[in-house]
Amino acid sequence: MSVFLRARWLHPVAWWIWALALAAAATRVTNPLLLGLLIASAAIVVARRKPDAPWGRSFEFFLLLGVFIIVIRVVFQVVFGAATGSQLLITLPGISLPSWMSGLRIGGPIMLESLLGAFYDGLRLATIAIVIGAANSLASPSRLLKAIPSALYELGVSVVVALSFIPQLISDAVRIRDMRRLRGRRSNGLKAYASLAIPVLAGALDRSINLAASMDSRGYGRLNNQSSHSRRLVIGLLLTSIALIAIGLYGLFTSDAHPLIGLPSLFIGSVLAVYAMWYSGRNRTRTVYRPDAWTLSEFLVSGAGILTLGIYLWAAVRVGSNMAYWEQLHPALNQWPTLPLWGVIAFAISLTPAFSSPPPPSILGSLNESSKVGSRT
Amino acid sequence: MIIFDHVTFTYPQTNSSDVPEPVLKDISLEITDGELALLVGATGSGKTTFLRAINGLVPHFSGGYLQGRISINGRSTQDFAPRELTDLVGFVPQDPLTGFVTDLVEDELAYSMESLGIDPQTMRRRVEETLDLLGLADLRNRPLRSLSGGQQQRVAIGSVLTAHPEILVLDEPTSALDPGAAEDVLAALHRLVHDLGVTVVMAEHRLERVVQYADSILMMEHGRIANGIPSSIMENSPIAPPVIHLGRLAGWSPLPISIRDARRTAGPLRSSLSGQRPQLRVVPDSTPLIARVRDLDVGYARNTVLRDICLDTNAGEIIALMGRNGSGKSTLLRTLIGLHTPNIGTVRINEIDPARVSARELIHHVGLVPQEPSDLFEAQSVALECRNSDSDAGCEAGTTRALLALMAPEIIDSTHPRDLSEGQQMLLALCIIVAAKPPLLLLDEPTRGLDYPTKGKLADILRGLAETGHCVVMATHDVELVADLATRVIMLGDSEIVADGATGSVITGSPMFAPQVAKILAPQQWLTVHQVENALSNLERADTP
Repeated sequence: MSVFLRARWLHPVAWWIWALALAAAATRVTNPLLLGLLIASAAIVVARRKPDAPWGRSFEFFLLLGVFIIVIRVVFQVVFGAATGSQLLITLPGISLPSWMSGLRIGGPIMLESLLGAFYDGLRLATIAIVIGAANSLASPSRLLKAIPSALYELGVSVVVALSFIPQLISDAVRIRDMRRLRGRRSNGLKAYASLAIPVLAGALDRSINLAASMDSRGYGRLNNQSSHSRRLVIGLLLTSIALIAIGLYGLFTSDAHPLIGLPSLFIGSVLAVYAMWYSGRNRTRTVYRPDAWTLSEFLVSGAGILTLGIYLWAAVRVGSNMAYWEQLHPALNQWPTLPLWGVIAFAISLTPAFSSPPPPSILGSLNESSKVGSRT
Repeated sequence: MIIFDHVTFTYPQTNSSDVPEPVLKDISLEITDGELALLVGATGSGKTTFLRAINGLVPHFSGGYLQGRISINGRSTQDFAPRELTDLVGFVPQDPLTGFVTDLVEDELAYSMESLGIDPQTMRRRVEETLDLLGLADLRNRPLRSLSGGQQQRVAIGSVLTAHPEILVLDEPTSALDPGAAEDVLAALHRLVHDLGVTVVMAEHRLERVVQYADSILMMEHGRIANGIPSSIMENSPIAPPVIHLGRLAGWSPLPISIRDARRTAGPLRSSLSGQRPQLRVVPDSTPLIARVRDLDVGYARNTVLRDICLDTNAGEIIALMGRNGSGKSTLLRTLIGLHTPNIGTVRINEIDPARVSARELIHHVGLVPQEPSDLFEAQSVALECRNSDSDAGCEAGTTRALLALMAPEIIDSTHPRDLSEGQQMLLALCIIVAAKPPLLLLDEPTRGLDYPTKGKLADILRGLAETGHCVVMATHDVELVADLATRVIMLGDSEIVADGATGSVITGSPMFAPQVAKILAPQQWLTVHQVENALSNLERADTP
C-alpha cells in the first residue's frame, strides 16, 4: 500500500466538514431517492473507515435514531396533521374541536399524500442525524479537541468531558437498576427508573470530582498566561465569526432563503474564525502531541463533501429558470420520484472518502477484553 | 526531598455545631530522594489526605485549614498549586479510570506534557520511553476503557511519569488487582526506584504484597505518623502481613520482611512442625445441597465468558472463586443470582431458577453483596436504609438494625450511608442482604480497600454465617483471606473451571495464589499463622506432661 493510504487517523476536522456538507445538502431536498443515496454513502464510508474503538460503534445508534425520527414524524402527521391530497387511505375516529381551534385537528381522514409527505420530511431529518452520526463514529470528539485553538481549549475540554460522561451514566444506570433486584424490588417500571436518579447522580458527582483532581494534578490550565486583553479580543472575534457562520448556515439550510444569501456571511465568518485562531495560537503555550496533519487526503475528504453540497446548491439555483429541477428536488406526492443524473454524480463524489482516506490504525487486542472489563467495572 | 514541618490539617467545617477533628496532627518528617516510602494505617486514618497534601491537592483542591509547612524539593505547597507541581510530583489516584482525561493510551501518556508545553520532539521521545519502561508498547493504540485493571494502573503511572517528576505518589495501586497484575505494577515501580531514582510514596492495605519493597514505613494512626525502617516498625505494628506474624510467633530476630529471608530463617520451625498436620475446619458431609449448576454457558454477544461450568454447593461451605481479572468470576456470581440468563445449562438454587422468579422471592434464596457496596444504598441515613431493608425482606421491623449493631456497633443511625468508611459500607450491605436470610450468600471482592482488622472481622462474620447453615461464595483476589477462611477453592481460567477442591490442595501449589505462610513453610501445607500457632501449642502440651 502506498504511503498515501498508510493507516493513520485522518484529521477529524476533515471528517466533520465532509459530514456537515452532506447534511447541508440533505436539507435542500425531499426526494427520497436522493436522501437514500446520501445515507448510503455515509454508511459505506463508515463501514470502511470506522475505527475499532468505543466511539466507532455509535453509528448504529444514529441509524436507530433516524428510524425513530421518521416514525415520530409520521405518527404526528396521522394524529395531528391536516388532510391534504386525494387518495383516502382510512378514516380514524376524530375529535371535533371548538371553532376557535380550527387550525388544529385530531384524528379524522388519512390521505396517502399527506402520509407520504410526512415520510419524506422525516427522512430528511433522519438523513441529517445519520450523516452527523457518521462523523461522530469516524472522528472521536476528543480528537477534535486537539484541533481546537488554544483560546477555546478549556471550554472544549469541559464539553468533551461532559460528552464522555453520557455513556458512563448509562452504564451506571444499568448497574444500579440490577442492584434494585438484589434488594428484592422490581427493576422495571416507572418507580424503579425514578429511584435511579440519586445514586446515578451521586456516582457522577464523585467521578467528576476525581477527574477534576486528576486534571489539576496533571497541569491542566497551568500555562494560561495570555493577557486578559488578548483573551477578550479573541473571544469577541470568535463570537462574531460564530454568529456569521450561523447566519450563513441558516441561509444554506432553509429552503426558503436564496442559497446565495448564506454563502457570503459563511465566508466572512470563516475568515474571521481562522484569524482569531491564528491570533490566539500566536503566543500559544500548550503544545500538542502528534497533531493530525492536513494533507492531500484531508483535502480530498473535505473537498468531496463540499463538491457534493455544491452540486445540490447548483440544482437548487437552477430551479429559478427550470421547473424540472423543482420536481427532481421535491417530487410530487402522487407519482414515483425520479433520480436525476446529477444526483448519481453527487453520490459518486460523496462516496470517494471511502477510498481516498487512509484507514484508521488497527487497535490491537480483542473486543472480548473490553466487554468483560466493561461488565466488571 | 519531601519535608513536612509540623503539619496539621483540618477539613472545612460541614456542620455548624461540631468543630471537626484534624485529619493530620502535627506531622514532621522527611522523605529523602530515591526512597520508597510505604504508608500504612487503618481505613479512615488520613492516608489519602496525607498523600494529597504532598502535591498540594490538600488544601488547594479540597479546601480546609493547613498549618505548618510542606516543602517539596524546596517548593512550598503554600505557594504552588497542584498544577504548578506537575513537573515535580506525579499523583496517581486510587481508581485510575476516573482520572483518565483522553480516550487512547498514547494520548493519555502525552496529556501532562501537553499542559506543560513541552516541545513535540521531546514529547514523542518520552512517550516511546515510557511505553517501553512500563511494558505498554503493544497497547499504544488501545482505548483506555478496553484495558484490564493492571494495564490501566500502569497507564496511570505512565501518564504522570512522562512529565519526569522526581516524586511519585500512589494511592492503593494494587488493591483492585489480581496477584499477577499486582506483581506487574510493583515490578514497574521497583524499576523506577532502582533505575531512575524516583522517590515513591505509596499507600497500600495489602502489606503482604508490598512491604518487602519498602525502604521506610510511615505508620499512620489517628492522624499521627511514626516512621522508620520496615523491620523496626513491623516489630510492634498491629497492622502486619502474615510473614511478620509468623516471625513474631517463632521469635525470629531480626524480623524477616520478605518471603526469601523468612524461608532462610524458617528451617528449625519447619523441622519442629514436621509430622504435624494443619487443623482444618471440616464441613459436615451431609449438609443440604443449596446450589446446583449444570453445563453452564454464559456469554455476551459473540463472546463466551463461561463455558461448561458444573458446580454443586452445600450449606456450611465457604467457597472462594479465584482467577485473574476478567476470568468470569463476577459473571458466575451474577448468573447464580439470575442477573444473567445462561445461554445453555441450568442454575437451580433450592430447586428454583434465579432468573425466573420475582425479585421479592429471589432475595430469600440468594443474595449478592456487590463489588461497590454503595450501589445498594438509596436512603439518606443508615436508620432509613435499615428500615427499607426490613420492608424489602418482609421481616420484622428492626431486624437489619439489630444485625448491624451486632456486626458494627460503632455505626450511628443518622450517618449518610455514603459517608461510612469502605469497611462499614461493606458491613451495612451485608446486613441488608442477610436480613432476607438467603441460604446462598454471594460476595464480589469483599475485601477491596479493607484494612486487616476489618478484614478479620468480616472473616469472623462470614464464618459464623456458614456455621448457621449459609453457603458463602466469594469472588476474591485476596489469597490471605482465602487461606484463612475458605473451605473450598474454585479456580477459573479461560472461561472454565481449572481447579476445584479443598483450599489447601488448590492454593498451596500455585506460585501466584499461595499464601505467604505456605511459601515459607513449603513443602509442608500450612496456610495460616493461626494453624501454625495451634500446632505449636499442641506440641507444647504434648511435651509438658
